[in-house]
This record gives sequence, structure tokens and C-alpha cells, in this order.
Amino acid sequence: MSAVEYPGAAACPACVATSVTITRAGKQAAHAAEVTVLALPGVHCAGCISTVERGLIARTGVAEARVNLSLKRVRIRHDASVSVEELTDHLSALGYEALPLDMVALSSTETDRIGRELLMRLGVAFFAMMNIMLLSVAVWSGASDATRDMFHLISAAIALPTVIFAGQPFFRSAWASLRNRRLGMDVPISLAIILASSISLYETFNGGDHAYFDAAVMLTFFLLGGRYLDHRTRAVARSAAQELSALEVPRAVRLTAAGEETVAAATLLVGDVVVIRPGGRVPVDGVVLSGESEIDRALLTGESLPVFAGPDARLSAGEVNLTGPLTVRVTAAGRDTSLARMADLVAVAESARNRYTTLADRAARAYSPLVHLLSFGAFGVWMWITGGDVRHAINISAAVLIITCPCALGLAVPAVVTAASGRLFRAGLLIKDGTALERLAEVDCVVFDKTGTLTLGTPEPRDLALQDAADLAVVMALAAGSSHPLAVALARGARAHGIVAETVTDLVEVPGYGVEGIWQGRRVRLGRAAWVGAAPGQDTAAWLQVEGRAPVAFVFDDALRPGAAALIAALNRQGMPIHLLSGDVPGAVRGLADRLGITDWQAEVLPADKAAFVQALVASGRRVLMVGDGLNDTAALAAATVSISPASALDAARVASDIVLTGRDIAPIAEALRVAKKATRRIRENFAISFGYNVIAVPLALVGLATPLMAAVAMSLSSITVTLNALRLK
Amino acid sequence: MNILAVLIPISLSLGAVGLLAFVWTLRHRQYEDPRGDAARILSDDYDEAPAPKRGTD
Repeated sequence: MSAVEYPGAAACPACVATSVTITRAGKQAAHAAEVTVLALPGVHCAGCISTVERGLIARTGVAEARVNLSLKRVRIRHDASVSVEELTDHLSALGYEALPLDMVALSSTETDRIGRELLMRLGVAFFAMMNIMLLSVAVWSGASDATRDMFHLISAAIALPTVIFAGQPFFRSAWASLRNRRLGMDVPISLAIILASSISLYETFNGGDHAYFDAAVMLTFFLLGGRYLDHRTRAVARSAAQELSALEVPRAVRLTAAGEETVAAATLLVGDVVVIRPGGRVPVDGVVLSGESEIDRALLTGESLPVFAGPDARLSAGEVNLTGPLTVRVTAAGRDTSLARMADLVAVAESARNRYTTLADRAARAYSPLVHLLSFGAFGVWMWITGGDVRHAINISAAVLIITCPCALGLAVPAVVTAASGRLFRAGLLIKDGTALERLAEVDCVVFDKTGTLTLGTPEPRDLALQDAADLAVVMALAAGSSHPLAVALARGARAHGIVAETVTDLVEVPGYGVEGIWQGRRVRLGRAAWVGAAPGQDTAAWLQVEGRAPVAFVFDDALRPGAAALIAALNRQGMPIHLLSGDVPGAVRGLADRLGITDWQAEVLPADKAAFVQALVASGRRVLMVGDGLNDTAALAAATVSISPASALDAARVASDIVLTGRDIAPIAEALRVAKKATRRIRENFAISFGYNVIAVPLALVGLATPLMAAVAMSLSSITVTLNALRLK
Repeated sequence: MNILAVLIPISLSLGAVGLLAFVWTLRHRQYEDPRGDAARILSDDYDEAPAPKRGTD
């Protein structure tokens, strides 16, 4: 398609401008061979753009930086001496969180060819429509004879190439659906466009009164508009979804005879030995060879408490190593890991849900046969009335097709969905699936996961104010020696209470157990219950032991996700039944349920039981919204009518859900339910509006009173009404 | 009526100029970042782009 290709470099004015930039920045373009794209979730204004761009350009080795605010990305051209890590560090020093994106996963959205092609056709159709309308107005206001014929001829010269070029998306999809022996929405559309153009051409050469060139082109324009909106919505959702998966560029440190090397996790083989540093995610299934640490399995099982891992412990891909480095022998890698197998199961469940028929599908299914029937009926009846006047009969059946053509219908759904998903995107929700809004509108009960969904999965010390301040001062000093989440939370909590740390010397972290040191000549320890000689309790706790005194417990709650309380309160107010299913221990689940006012909860639920619970609800006729983040939720997410997961969720969970929360706040879910209900109502209203126009116009067309002017007015009025109605969505 | 012979070509060619301008903006990817373009007008920096052609990067 020559329309979307680019002219030679010399002919491109923008390239000349680029070289000016580079000289202005005083950089050598010749060496700046590398291109890196980073996601910048934090950019939102003109100030951000210039901070980021100037900050990056000022760095040596960077030739060019350009922020795309719509996609929240920056594209950086730099030379090979600058690594991606240096760029992200540089940006975080500027105050912007930056995440490297996987270029391969992004390539398809970087060049949105289909979008630009549609836009091109839309522009051409618009040009043609306006010019033909100009000529048509002259005809309608009384041009006759030779003048009218000439105007029709000029219209034809503009309309025919336009229809052939701009109508291709409809012709192609109509042909495809005909070959599959279906009557899609595009069949009557294509038929109307082709019939209107050819009958008008015939009338033009025979000096007829009526030519429908304006209608044919207007039809193409409005329908292309709907098609483009539809494409935009899906492209934005797809690019954001791809961005989420491109965020995880999985790397692993492999131990070889020559030493350590960093490789892509995908290249690991069974039998390799990898090192997993504290804070790193386990890339493979494997067995620990050496090292001791604690493992956070919250994403896989929903347990909020880290578990101990020493030699011979089995690790699964997706777990997070917390305290000490571990050397692991790979037992399964890539697509064979338990994580990937789980994701495959989800893919199967997904396809079952794709059978959902949208309102638009249902409308089209009823509409297409009716339109054809009417049109052919009109042809037959007029043939009989006029005693075989083919020209007149075809004229009437073309007018029927043009007037009934689902112009408004083609715009009705995309316009509403675009308005709704734009609104929800600003509220922090990303609609991944086009039908998700309609399914969300039907929801009548909600199932939540606990860890990582209603909670953040980060611990928060309970009742710190009731603890002895002297103890806290020691704890704070000890906690500084560890990056374990409990230690970090304790240190942060103590600081918030205005505690000043004691001086503790000889700090040593014992991976998997805790931290110890010397305070005023006595040994002090902060760590697991067993390590300090205490009996482990029900709750998540870290214990402080000062030599010669009884150990003191510091109990933790899981920090609530922002907006969780507001969301549950809002759902309770709406009378929506809420279920809480968690893989965690009963104590922790009961605590959270009481705090939020959830009465129906279950603890220690296995992944399969979660899915079974949701399936049973769906089977009993309920429309279930599942909100979850972990691997243990993925099957349930896929089984539910509609599902939502936070952006922090595991890749597999995000893939399985229809909607992703882009922010930390969970409260927008209540907003999503409200907007979805409204959007569905708007879609129905739009159907009613276009049906209303047809009820008035079709009888006129059937009796042969329709004129091109009437067709044009009905078409543009109905299209504008449905668009305005969609924009009413608040 | 002869005036039409002048007016119609003029109206058509003006329309064609508009269409060509649209095609030009499309080819130079001026619809890639509408939010960014709206924000950049507030910044004092000399903005050299329509985003440079990616092929020569």
C-alpha cells in the first residue's frame, strides 16, 4: 500500500529538522545507534516532558529523547556506552520511575499500520463527502438538465474512486463472512454502498433525477468513523496490555565454570545452576543447592507469611527470594515451569468465555436478514406493480438499503465503548477486552482474593504504640540491618512513631532466621519465633530477644490496599453479595474480613477450590466478578463472568483478566461497575434511536417517496444523535 | 453559468489541497501523541519535531 509508506530520506523535512536538533545538542549522531524505549508511568504534563527530555539530553551518550505523553513512554537514542540501567537510574534521579520495555513485544503497537490506514481512508472519505455534498446541494436546490447531469458526473468522478479505496475494509470483511456462509453487518453495508454507487452511475448516464453518490460516500465515512473508534479503543488496550507483559524482561544469573553470566530466563535449560539474589523473582522451577533464605509465595498460594527455604527445598517459578542468595539447580524451565503450565490452563478457559455474544452481535444477527428481506421484497413488489420496470424497482430497493443501512448502528457501540473506556482509563482501569464492559454491567456478585488484592501484600506492624519504646529503639537498630519485608516495615513504623534507634554493634543477618547484634554488651536478636526460643503463634510476627529476657512479639497485619475499605463499603451499600476466598491462614483472613465488614469468607482455599467455587456460582446463574492477583487465582479469574486484576499481579493473572487496575487504588472498581451499567444503557438507547429513524424513513422509501436529500438528512441526523448520546456518558 | 467552469475547479482543488495536507500530516505521524502535542505548546523549548522518521534511526 503505497499510501502508508514513507518517501526517501532526502525528501523528508522532519529528518532535516532532526539533524538540526543533534547539532544543537552538540552530539555526534553517528555513534548513537541504540534505541531504548522506557515506560514512564509518572509523566502527565508539559513540565514532565521537558524535565525528562532535557535531563536525558544533558547526559553524555544520549543523542535524542522524545516523550510520548499519550502512551507514557520515552524513546531514547543513545550510543552503546550507555546501558539501560544507567538510563533508568538517571530518570529515577530526576524523579520519574522508568521501566524498560521489551522491544519485541512492543513492535506491533509502535507502528500502528492498521490505525493509520483507517485514518487515511477516513480522511479521503471526508474530503469526497464534503465535495460531493457541495454539488448535491446545488442539485437539490434546483439545478436541472445539463447542469444537473454535469454535477452528477463530477460527483461520480469523485465518489467512485473514493468508494473503491475507502470502502475496502467493509468489502473485505463482507466477502470473508459470505465465504463462511454468514450474514454479518458488513454484507448489507457493502451491498448498500455498491448498489447505491452503481445505480447512481446508471442514472447519471441516462439523465436521471436521483443520484445517491453523496449517500454512498457518507455511509462510508460514518461507518469508517465507527470502525476507527473501535480500532483505537482496542489498540490502546492492547498496547497497554503488551506494555504490562513487556515490563517483565525476565533475566537470570547463570553460574558456569567461567563464573556468573546474566542471560535471558528463556535460554535456561534443565540442569543449569542459577543464582537468585535477595529481592529477585525465581525464574524457573528448581531445587536449592546451597544458601538459606525466606521465600515469598504470596503470588502463587496467597500465603502472606514468607516460608523458609534451605538446601533441597523446592522452588517454583514466580516466587520471590527475600533475604539470602540461593543457588538453585533448574528442574524445569520456560514453558515447562508450573507457572507456564498454569498460564496454559488459563488460555483454555479463556476461549470458552470468548463465546459471549455482545449486544451489537445480537442486533446485527436480527438486523441483517431483515434489511435484505425488506430490500428484495421492495424490489419484487415494485416489479409487480410497475409491470417489470427494473430501473424503478432497483432504485427503490437501493433507497431502502441506503436508509436502513446500520450507519448509526455501526457508530452506536464504538462511540459508547470509546467514551466509557476513556473514562475508566482516567480512573485507573484498563479494559483489555471489548466485551468486558457489557459483562461487567451484568455482575451481581463479587469474589475477592485477599493477599495482593484487598491487601498490598506488604506487612504493617499492629499496635506499635503499645510496645515499649526502649524495645522499639533496639528493634529499629536491628531492623536496619535487614531488607526482609518485616524488618523494613518495623523500621518504618518505629520511625513514624518518632523513635530514635539505639546503637547496636556487630550487626549480622542470618539468612532465613533474622538479624542479631550486640547492644550494651548483650546479644540481641530479631527474627523467627523458633530462632529466639519462643512458641510460634497464629499471626505473622517478628520476635525481639534481649539476652536474659523473655522474647517480645511484634505482630503484623497485611497493609490494606488503598481504597479497599471504600470499595467494600460501596458494594455493601449497593447490596452486592461479597465473597472473600484466600489461600492464607484463618487468623489473617478473619482479621481482614472483620476490618472490612465482609461476612462471607473462607481461608486456606486451594486454587482448584477457588475455581470450583466461582464455577458453581456461575452455573447457578450468578454473574460473577472475580478480583484477584495470584497464580492461585488465575483459574478462578478465567472461570468468572468478568475479572479484574491489579497491575502488580502475576503475568498469568493479568492475562486471564478482562480489566487491569493500573494504579494502586482499588476503589475505581465501584466506578467501573457504575460506568459499565450506564454504558450498556447508552448502547441500548442508541439502538432504539437508530431503530426510531428507520421506523419513520423506511415506509417512505418502500412507497418510493425517498429522495437522496432525505437519505442524507436521516443518515447524518441519526449518526450525530447516537454520537452525542454516547458522549453524554458521565 | 460559465462562472461554474471556474468555480468548480477552484472548489475541488482547494479540497484537494486540504486532503494532501491531511495525507502529509498522517505520513509524518502527527497523530501518534495527541496528548503530548497538546502539552508541548506550554513549553518554552523549541520543538523540532513532528517526530523524526523512525526508519533512519
